Amino acid sequence: MSADALGPAERAQRRSDRLIWTWTLVVVLAIYLPILCGLLASLSQGRYFRFPVPRWSADWWTRTLESIEIRLLVQTSLKMAIAVTLIAVVVAFFGALAYARYDWKGRGVFQKLVLLPIFFPQPVMGLALLLWFSALGIQLSWQTAVFAHLVWIVPVVTLVMAIQMYGFDPALEEAAFDLGASRLQVFREITLPILWPGIWSGALFAFLLSWGNFPLSLYTTGPDTAVPEWLYAKMVAGYTPMVPALGSMSTIAAALLLLVAGLALRLRRRRVSP
Amino acid sequence: MAASGMANVQGMAEATGAGWRDRLLSAGARCALPVYVLLAAGFLAPLVTVVAFSFATPRSFDAFRSFTLANYAAIFDPANTVWLSFAWSIALAATAVLILLLVAYPIAYGLARVFGRWAGLISLLFVFPLFVSENIRLYGWVLFFIRGGVLDGTLGYVGLSAPDVLYTVGATLFGMVYVYLPFMLFPMTLGLSTVPRDLIEAARDMGASRLQIWREIELPLAMPGVLIGVLLCFVLSVGAVAEAKILGGQSIIVITHDIEIAFTYAQNWPLGSALAVLLMLVVGGLTLAVIGRIDLDRILGRR
Repeated sequence: MSADALGPAERAQRRSDRLIWTWTLVVVLAIYLPILCGLLASLSQGRYFRFPVPRWSADWWTRTLESIEIRLLVQTSLKMAIAVTLIAVVVAFFGALAYARYDWKGRGVFQKLVLLPIFFPQPVMGLALLLWFSALGIQLSWQTAVFAHLVWIVPVVTLVMAIQMYGFDPALEEAAFDLGASRLQVFREITLPILWPGIWSGALFAFLLSWGNFPLSLYTTGPDTAVPEWLYAKMVAGYTPMVPALGSMSTIAAALLLLVAGLALRLRRRRVSP
Repeated sequence: MAASGMANVQGMAEATGAGWRDRLLSAGARCALPVYVLLAAGFLAPLVTVVAFSFATPRSFDAFRSFTLANYAAIFDPANTVWLSFAWSIALAATAVLILLLVAYPIAYGLARVFGRWAGLISLLFVFPLFVSENIRLYGWVLFFIRGGVLDGTLGYVGLSAPDVLYTVGATLFGMVYVYLPFMLFPMTLGLSTVPRDLIEAARDMGASRLQIWREIELPLAMPGVLIGVLLCFVLSVGAVAEAKILGGQSIIVITHDIEIAFTYAQNWPLGSALAVLLMLVVGGLTLAVIGRIDLDRILGRR
């Protein structure tokens, strides 16, 4: 069909669709621009960033990879993210059942209360937790930071899983019960496989959000230091190109994890429904 | 459907001999329990502690043991300029929300209607930055805007130099819009996807103009999602601090920065707590007012 054959309404529609596409692509580019700038800065040789980059070098990357200090930071961050993921997935899984699956008397209130930590500025929540820990006389460490992360991440993961659970048909479980399956069997054979994609994406969210979190870690890690905290400290005082180098590495690692997890999910889906 | 599910769940529970547990707590309540415990110990209790500290003797650490209004009196003292930080934070947050509405609406519309099979990939592109620490991303903008940085160097090719935008109020605002875009975009998209297409088609067939369709169908039906986006972005940016520190270069002091100073350098926890309580009142009041009116099942579940 040629453009002349379209009515004025369709043509206006096409024009606005094209505008929407253009705008979206511009914004996407703007979102990734600073990440790209960091990459450029980490790959230039000088101590201070200049553009156009006078001389390229992978020097800061190797130095960052060899640094023992940074290895410790990464270990701390990984430890925290893994702990947060394991706990958050279990707690949020049941939370999501209460949120979307069961119809119970307190559900409306529960759905709203769960949102409150998400609708709360994280720096203030971090300070409040700092006060609370010191009022209890608890020594700060990466473990207290794990707890702080959970307060924010469990609600997020609950939402992520709940959105997926809304599509779950309870009739499948009932059918299995009618056929004589036990509670455990139904959970293992019906509930878990169907909800798996939601659990998987919830786990991914938990890990990546904990990995990248800065405001909560800042006040609750005590003497331990997570990667985003170190980056911030060096940005404020004592810039070295290891800052963009570590920042870029952390970003690339997150992207790779997301990619691998996405592919795994896709493969699995293909296997389940050929 | 949900109600019959409930009946069945109960029937099933009794059949398996778990009836006594259901009489104590329903299945839903049992599942909600761990989350409730976490929220009580990690959210409610810290906030109560902050409130308690806000009534403690200034510059002391004896919360729950002393009661004074001195901290609040100090804040409301006309000689104190802390209200300025409050005003900046609220003004910046409100402006950021307005800009975000304009920036995000076309994209949300695109995700709900136009992009089709590309919508998944495009959403992913907008989600991913959430997993990168905001200070890494904000620092990238510093490298972009700084003298001798990417913008300056690019403009240098045509013989221009970059304007001094870094370390200004504008840069802080820009940082907020940048960081909180996904928080506006996704609730808005959820809201817009609840608008039934047939309804719009029907209105168009009956001769409604595009503006009429937007004002009388699309916007009212998408409103819950838009409201959640507005609320989320407002409360997060009113308490934001990284943007003002990294991009704004402390050209202005936002309220959370004042709170942080009271807690760290000044070692005046009661004063910091009183400031935090005032901020919490703004944030909590707005949140409860908006969330109380919204049917979350409809937005999230699309039933």
